[in-house]
Amino acid sequence: MKKYSVFAIAREAMRGHKGWEEQWSSPEPKKEYDVIIVGAGGHGLATAYYLATVHGITNVAVLEKGWLGGGNTGRNTTIIRSNYLYDESAGIYDHALKLWDGLSQELNYNVMYSARGVMMLAHNVHDIQVLKRHVHANRLNGIDNEWLTPEQAQEFCPPLNISKQARYPVVGAALQRRGGTARHDAVAWGYARGASARGVHIIQNCEVIGVKRAANGAVMGVDTTRGFIGAKKVGVVAAGHSSVIMNMAGVRMPLESYPLQALVSEPVKPVVPCVVMSNTVHAYISQSDKGELVIGAGTDQYVSYSQTGGLHILQHTLDAICEMFPIFTRMKMLRSWGGIVDVTPDRSPILAKTPVSGLYVNCGWGTGGFKATPGSGHVFAHTIARDDPHPINAPFTIERFRTGRLIDEAAAAAVAH
Amino acid sequence: MLLIRCPYCEEERPELEFRNAGEAHIARSANMAGESDDDFEKFFFIRSNPKGIIYERWRHIHGCARFFNAVRDTVTDKFVMTYKAGEPKPSKLPKNSNEMASK
Repeated sequence: MKKYSVFAIAREAMRGHKGWEEQWSSPEPKKEYDVIIVGAGGHGLATAYYLATVHGITNVAVLEKGWLGGGNTGRNTTIIRSNYLYDESAGIYDHALKLWDGLSQELNYNVMYSARGVMMLAHNVHDIQVLKRHVHANRLNGIDNEWLTPEQAQEFCPPLNISKQARYPVVGAALQRRGGTARHDAVAWGYARGASARGVHIIQNCEVIGVKRAANGAVMGVDTTRGFIGAKKVGVVAAGHSSVIMNMAGVRMPLESYPLQALVSEPVKPVVPCVVMSNTVHAYISQSDKGELVIGAGTDQYVSYSQTGGLHILQHTLDAICEMFPIFTRMKMLRSWGGIVDVTPDRSPILAKTPVSGLYVNCGWGTGGFKATPGSGHVFAHTIARDDPHPINAPFTIERFRTGRLIDEAAAAAVAH
Repeated sequence: MLLIRCPYCEEERPELEFRNAGEAHIARSANMAGESDDDFEKFFFIRSNPKGIIYERWRHIHGCARFFNAVRDTVTDKFVMTYKAGEPKPSKLPKNSNEMASK
């Protein structure tokens, strides 16, 4: 892997940019690997990267049915934050946030992490109580979060409407300054490049159609559209299709898959300097470096794999955006799209060993997995390499739905996380 | 937005009038306190989440307010049929879903 640097740019400029190499190779699949990762999204590629760099396991294949980073990694709204209520969540999301800080240097790939601040608005007494509880809980866990008055909120984000005449007036806000955004594609590409350079095989257009198990129940490998590929360890990181893959191994999951939509506006000059979220009017918004407003909507109410959603969901979100920012009422929306998110009953992920020996699963990130990408990959690689969870992901078991030890962010965050 | 046929109102109405109520035909135990942890997990948390035909409950909340069941393809989001609550899970599905919906 040739290092990217200012000198590399100068060198290539001198010789007509003919020396740039492919960022990752596309080898033919081997018959057998030490580890197979199902799904080349951010989480899967990060897992492969940390298997190679932290644990020295490089005989790894990442299988992807479509193209690399083409699922929810390329469909999310790129928001990064760690202001979750419960200790377990704070642990894993802040682990990720610490890795974001310095990820571009580590990968030698600009993931454009921008700690521009994530501001969550309060519109009523209940919101004030909930958000202040989050502020205190976060600070006890060493996570920055501070309370703002409406005037301070507007100072931080000038286009915000704090009029008392608003239908849902802003009565305060919680601000995590370390939160922000990153370039989602670059995260997948950066991890893919780093993993490939260390010998990991990234195999695109290779759909897993079955999971083979030996007579003793342990995993032997996977059947794919490009034939059988053997491995004693298989990590499933398949987002909305996680339960489909797990069913192939005979494991029924506490998951339901829903469409989640997002949309972007026409590009405009910088106007929204941070990320603004509101659970009560249910909308969140930021601005990309290209100038588009990036807006996240809610999930549809029914199980679906269609990667589309109802128009009324988008309308509802835009109603809320225009309520928060009347300045945007005449903006034109350019594109909208949907992805399929796998949601657990407690809205916390599952990163764990499974009842099947050699089968591991990293799923259930629901509507908010992007922010966790580096941390998720880091601890999941540990779980696979050691056959034992990292202390950070130890609480995120499948068994918690039997034992009742839930991590109930569903009640804490409910939406837009 | 989905168009959903309420089997009680016998009319196709927009999704906004309905509330999805999750997977259908999951029987609640008559003796919940006596359920083992494994059985409770299966009843309460584990879902089939199929890619393809799903049997699900809907409630016509802004109409007749009654629960009913539906068969839908989760890839196309097209309804195959809807039927009243309490009716058994259909063992055979009609081949042409449009034909069924217009009945």
